[in-house]
Amino acid sequence: MAAGPMKMRASLGAGFTDVRVLMTHPMETGLRKDADGKIVPQHFIQNLTVKMNGKTVIDAQISQAVSRNPVFSFRLKGGAKGDKIEVSWLDNHGESAAIEAAVA
Amino acid sequence: MNPLRRTLIAALAFAIARPLAALAAWNKEAFSAKTPGDALKGLGIGNATPSKDLQIEAPEIAENGAVVPIEIASAIAGTSALIVMIEKNPFPLTARFDFKEGALPFVKLNVKMGETSDVRVLAEAGGKYFTATQEIKVTIGGCGG
Amino acid sequence: MRLIAFAAALFASCAASAQDVGKEIQRYRQMVAEGSPAELFELPGEELWKKPQGPKNVSLERCDLGEGPGVLKGAYAHLPRYFKDADRVMDLESRLLYCMSTLQGRSRDEATARVFGSAERPSEFELLSIYIAGESRGVRIEPGMSQPKEKATYELGRALYFHRVGAWDFSCASCHGDEGKRIRMQELPVLYKPQYARPVIASWPAYRVSTSQVITLQWRMNDCYRQMRTPEPTFGSETTVALIHFLTVTARGEPYHGPGNKR
Repeated sequence: MAAGPMKMRASLGAGFTDVRVLMTHPMETGLRKDADGKIVPQHFIQNLTVKMNGKTVIDAQISQAVSRNPVFSFRLKGGAKGDKIEVSWLDNHGESAAIEAAVA
Repeated sequence: MNPLRRTLIAALAFAIARPLAALAAWNKEAFSAKTPGDALKGLGIGNATPSKDLQIEAPEIAENGAVVPIEIASAIAGTSALIVMIEKNPFPLTARFDFKEGALPFVKLNVKMGETSDVRVLAEAGGKYFTATQEIKVTIGGCGG
Repeated sequence: MRLIAFAAALFASCAASAQDVGKEIQRYRQMVAEGSPAELFELPGEELWKKPQGPKNVSLERCDLGEGPGVLKGAYAHLPRYFKDADRVMDLESRLLYCMSTLQGRSRDEATARVFGSAERPSEFELLSIYIAGESRGVRIEPGMSQPKEKATYELGRALYFHRVGAWDFSCASCHGDEGKRIRMQELPVLYKPQYARPVIASWPAYRVSTSQVITLQWRMNDCYRQMRTPEPTFGSETTVALIHFLTVTARGEPYHGPGNKR
């Protein structure tokens, strides 16, 4: 499955950097049936990593109970214009995607 | 959404194939637990002290259980992790965020809730655990939207 | 995303007054809006806009949505409106279909084979709508109302709003005609009154959280008629455009909020 669009916005708040990341992913729980009555197998993001200027600042483990097309907001300490933020995910199929943006 | 904050920067999205060996750990035991008690066991958490410094910002009523927005912020000194559990979900453990140097103990996420349930949040700080809870009512909507 | 829903509305635990409920639902909607995947679809929408398609193998980039060929800024907020080349009033989706036909040479059958999509694969109209509507963020909603056909379309839309049809003898006003009505949890906005029409119209097209789908006004018209137990209207028909025009005129003056979120 080709990873769908990802979007990220990193902007300066009051003493922190606000990071909002949107990702395309079905986050299938394995409990849902398709139109033919067959169970749609589990397919969901398990790990999320947030890096600032190449250094990991947040490591997350998430479950299939996170909504489809997940949206997360994080806050990083300090930060300045131009700092590089990278968010990457890895799912239970071994598929992954990442997005990089500069703090505005 | 505040248009001033919409500073969309040129962003690169790329799909990379990462070998499974480059493992990010995923606590299968805790995430597969069917009760909050078992999930806590899987996380190695014993006691957790209720704390008002652990704030949950979430609506009391969700129009739909597919997307329930929850914002969590910890003012407890030294918070290194936040854990989200939805007690009545088939698998209560929903997420665990580990904050390293450079990140604030804050997160906003959208979760799926199967029914009205307590949402329990735990914070890890200095080897101790703290907790806060909020009930969110999940409703069946009308035909709208 | 369908879950095993153990029905939940627990108003029994309540001292919760109707006002509290309304307030909490507003809070839910606001928090969803602040963290919604809706804008994710603007990227593929933009790609589609620029993609050469059809026998003529051209993109839609020269499509005139009313502000000039290819001009997107504010275009959505000024629809529906009269188009001289087609000699009719069109909403965004019927106008896109027109451009698919005239610019790209696509047949109506081919272009409308799949007007409403799915969570996994939104339709072309849905993706294009989200992208183009996004370009009208903050622009005052001002559909055309000066040209004779624009006025006539408005009148037709208004008549249709109150016209009872189908097996249940419903009109739009059957549900959206009186204050204080609701279906289960959802309050039914009285859409022929500006103060109710404005926030509603200003947030279409939208991302529907219960199905993870992108939905548009053409879809909404179709689905309303379906729920009224009438045959579903033809995509981009005079009926649907007239109703959309009537609703949009009723909502005029409101700054367009951008693609929204629905339950």
